[in-house]
Amino acid sequence: MKHLLTTKELTREEAELILDVTEQMAEAVTGREVPKLPALRGRTVVNLFYEDSTRTRTSFETAAKRLSADVVNFGAKTSSVSKGESLRDTALTLQAMGADAVVIRHPAAGAPQRLTEWLDGAVLNAGDGTHAHPTQALLDAYTMKRRLGGIEGRTVAIVGDILHSRVARSNIWLLSKLGANVRLVGPPTLLPKDIDDWPVEVGYDFDASLKGVDAVMMLRVQRERMHKAFFPTANEYARLYGLDERRLALLPDHAIVMHPGPMNRGMEIAASVADSPRATITEQVTNGVWVRMAVLFLLLTNGESK
Amino acid sequence: MTELLIKSADLVGKGRQDVLIRDGRVAEVGSISATSLKGTGAEVIDADGLVLLPGLVDLHTHLREPGREDAETVYSGTRAAAMGGYTAVCAMANSYPVADTAGVVEQVAALGRAAGYADVQPIGAVSVGLEGKQLAEIGAMAHSAAKVRMFSDDGHCVHDPVLMRRALEYVKTFGGLIAQHAEEPRLTEGAQMNEGAVSAELGLPGWPAVAEEAIIARDVLLAEYTSARVHFCHVSTARSVDILREAKARGANVTAEVCPHHLLLTDEAARSYDPVYKVNPPLRRESDVAVLRAALAEGVIDAVATDHAPHALQDKQCEWAAARPGMLGLETALSISVLALGGPSDVDWDVLAERTSRTPARIAGLEAHGRDPEPGAEANFTLVDPSASWTVVPEGLASLSRNTPYAGMELPVTVQATFLRGRATVLNGKIAEETTQ
Repeated sequence: MKHLLTTKELTREEAELILDVTEQMAEAVTGREVPKLPALRGRTVVNLFYEDSTRTRTSFETAAKRLSADVVNFGAKTSSVSKGESLRDTALTLQAMGADAVVIRHPAAGAPQRLTEWLDGAVLNAGDGTHAHPTQALLDAYTMKRRLGGIEGRTVAIVGDILHSRVARSNIWLLSKLGANVRLVGPPTLLPKDIDDWPVEVGYDFDASLKGVDAVMMLRVQRERMHKAFFPTANEYARLYGLDERRLALLPDHAIVMHPGPMNRGMEIAASVADSPRATITEQVTNGVWVRMAVLFLLLTNGESK
Repeated sequence: MTELLIKSADLVGKGRQDVLIRDGRVAEVGSISATSLKGTGAEVIDADGLVLLPGLVDLHTHLREPGREDAETVYSGTRAAAMGGYTAVCAMANSYPVADTAGVVEQVAALGRAAGYADVQPIGAVSVGLEGKQLAEIGAMAHSAAKVRMFSDDGHCVHDPVLMRRALEYVKTFGGLIAQHAEEPRLTEGAQMNEGAVSAELGLPGWPAVAEEAIIARDVLLAEYTSARVHFCHVSTARSVDILREAKARGANVTAEVCPHHLLLTDEAARSYDPVYKVNPPLRRESDVAVLRAALAEGVIDAVATDHAPHALQDKQCEWAAARPGMLGLETALSISVLALGGPSDVDWDVLAERTSRTPARIAGLEAHGRDPEPGAEANFTLVDPSASWTVVPEGLASLSRNTPYAGMELPVTVQATFLRGRATVLNGKIAEETTQ
């Protein structure tokens, strides 16, 4: 593994290795007085964020710092990018500065892949357009593994705006690769066309799709989508595809509720459901740090020495 | 008097003959001895093993001048055309300023004459500034020295049905036609590539085939209703072909072109996220490619047109979504047309000449082009080597730009020579540096 761009390109063995190392990271750091490992001392990790995402950036920054790496936040909004510097020129600049790894969040799908052509260092995709968000999927998988005892044979419903969701895409490839059954649920307007070959079941009826699930993954839905006729109103969306208490009661007792955040309470998820003990939302955030430590570690050390 | 004798060329695949060209026109075709030449210093070209074709005619070229001379000029673009075997190109109107006035089209035509590498026939804009609101001064362009017959807002669809109807009616006064860029704009807002399985996976907003098909269907009906002529640019989908086939069966006055890249490449290329593969309309599916090839062979699609779209490096060395759409085409079109029509050993050269030269010349109203070597015809020809192949090297192309999607590919058939009114613009596969007569 030189870069982490998508979960589709990971082999099952690589995905399982990342999840195993994630567990080791959690164990190694949890409970320590100084929650830091020396593994990446002297290495430079650049956070290159072209979209505002305090959550993901902070998670990567925390992960890198816990591995003792030097972290540079190259906020694209505050740098010369706002003066129109091209991605390529920024890449050449980071290359000249000797970045060992670049964590990139970009509104254009494929931007991280382009970056690999201009940089020698490792590129970690922290979300590109509506394409991929591999570390989110890995932390979701890790959360499921912890909560459900495994992923193989489990059934996951991914609900909502699949069309515009990089989280959904990354989870589909990863979870199916790890042996889960994946159901996609949403109105046809928010499902991509021509996905017959995807390893998923597709349904429009949320209630029916909850039967026998082990996890429900709710996706953020932008209210503004109604202005482009993806759905009539936020209220109608919430009625048809929001996870409320009535639907929560339809879930098997052991099933968990996941959300990548940030949530629209009252839209795709009712506030009481988000705060219920079955929701793993804050746990996902914690696991995100372990997963990002594991990925940074594996990419920058090729798995040698821990 | 200048004389040129082309010895034993295979004339459009119909057998070897000699062609004597005198003062830019074909004087004689048959078995001609070099000793029978009258002039002194007459040139003799041994064309043994080569196929002579009527010079290629491109219905759809972006020469970028005026306005984006960093990407291409009339000079560099027509040199690229000559290298590709073309003797005439139709220059699209989306320059800066837009070719929506007599002044701009006359300037482009004059630049073409000054360069001397290929005849440049300007295409006029349908609407002022390509904005789709008000008709451009179509009559002024038609009656200008550039004698514009074809009008197009290419790059933009004339999507307003009223404007399209009026434009179709208006150009009837001088036997003109509208070349439509068929793209329903609301269905393609933000679109980046073909909508389908690949776009679903890549997370790039899709350009649905129906956005093209809906406009073609509408404009076929409008053309029939107004008894006008419409031509469809860069047809890219299988269903578009169905609509065209039905329209032609009814006798509708419609023609259509296909681009080389839509005959060879598919949306799978977008997986690289390299915007050299970004083009509008986008690369489609394998099944579309197969239907387009069959339709070209059959004649439902009338012509190959390059949509040669040079772009500066920075407009392609970027994120896919930030890149400008379009790819080079002039220097590779012949090779890819041969591939699409069966390959160098099976291609019917007469069909190839029909689709790349005679029919496009007829559509554009270029009477001196698209003519086989017959006495009296202007000597606009290209000589190709059907047994040779070449590897595409972007830096080696005559275009100022480098955005070819075929870099590194080995393609069949090389252009050995191109003649514009009997004068070599390309000889021995190399551009002729002195062209002005």
